[in-house]
Amino acid sequence: MSTLEVKVWRGGADGGYRDYTVPREDSQTVLDVVTHIQRRVDPTLAYRFACRVGMCGSCAMTVNGKPRWTCRTHVAEVARNDRLEIGPLAHLPIVRDLVTDMREFFDKWARARGQFQPTATRRDDFARVEPASPARRAVDVGIECIGCGICYAACDVVAWNPAYLGPAALNRAWTLVNDARDGAMGERLAAIAGDAGCHACHTHESCTERCPKHLAPTASIAGLKRATALAVLRGEL
Amino acid sequence: MRAETRLWLAQRASAAVLAICVAVHLATIISAVHAQLTAADILGRTRGSVAWALFYGVFVLAVSIHAPLGLRTVASEWLQWRGRGADAACAMIALALLVLGLVAVAAVTL
Repeated sequence: MSTLEVKVWRGGADGGYRDYTVPREDSQTVLDVVTHIQRRVDPTLAYRFACRVGMCGSCAMTVNGKPRWTCRTHVAEVARNDRLEIGPLAHLPIVRDLVTDMREFFDKWARARGQFQPTATRRDDFARVEPASPARRAVDVGIECIGCGICYAACDVVAWNPAYLGPAALNRAWTLVNDARDGAMGERLAAIAGDAGCHACHTHESCTERCPKHLAPTASIAGLKRATALAVLRGEL
Repeated sequence: MRAETRLWLAQRASAAVLAICVAVHLATIISAVHAQLTAADILGRTRGSVAWALFYGVFVLAVSIHAPLGLRTVASEWLQWRGRGADAACAMIALALLVLGLVAVAAVTL
């Protein structure tokens, strides 16, 4: 029987990698490997997953140095010489083992004014949004984000500037900047401009390269740079 | 936030100017070397030339805007040095680049 040599992060921030041997299976995913260890080898291993089919985004981990959805990553794609290294997502505090504390990640969505601010009441008619309009199309691309944190873990700027809002929060802000029904445009642009916001992005495109949904947060951030620049030139920011 | 956005715009705009200035500057150097111009030949062409004074004046101005803003970001991201101290240091570098650059431009064009 062929086997995999797997290193898995154990403990908190001061923990380390521990070695496990896992049987190699056909069509085996990295999540299958983690699940095998937890069920058959060491039940104290902590990790998160839910849907197992790439819908929920909760099983994101660092696999051989890169952030990935473990449920949608086949061992055959990533194992080198039947070796795997599985750790928690980068740039987030480790709770234990493969589980990170994602509060800061989601707090940044709120800090980027990621909440929809309605302008209409229930007595108003539906907003008419032309599906082919450029603004609506920009939203179409961005709203598919499921908040898995892969882009945040892949981003160099998050590591260098802990206040940086990150690709996911800025992508969310971009979808609202293009939402004709939203009434918090000025506040949102003020929230996402500056050193912790869109202007800190170096356009490395690690977020875009790693996003499992093939979204382009870099393009959303570039859109925010244009929007804030125009707002400043018009004296609106 | 408005100030940060303005600084970002200033860096982008100065980068666009620098892209042209650097290309012209390199072409000038290469053509001067190919033509085997001496220092005296070059000074003969630049002294009293409003065009060269303007070109290198703009070049120096763009450098004085662009370089300190880049250093400010490097200080922030790599040295975790932010705030008034870092801003003041970058402003001093901007001033130094501007003064030294303009003195050099004056030396070859006046």
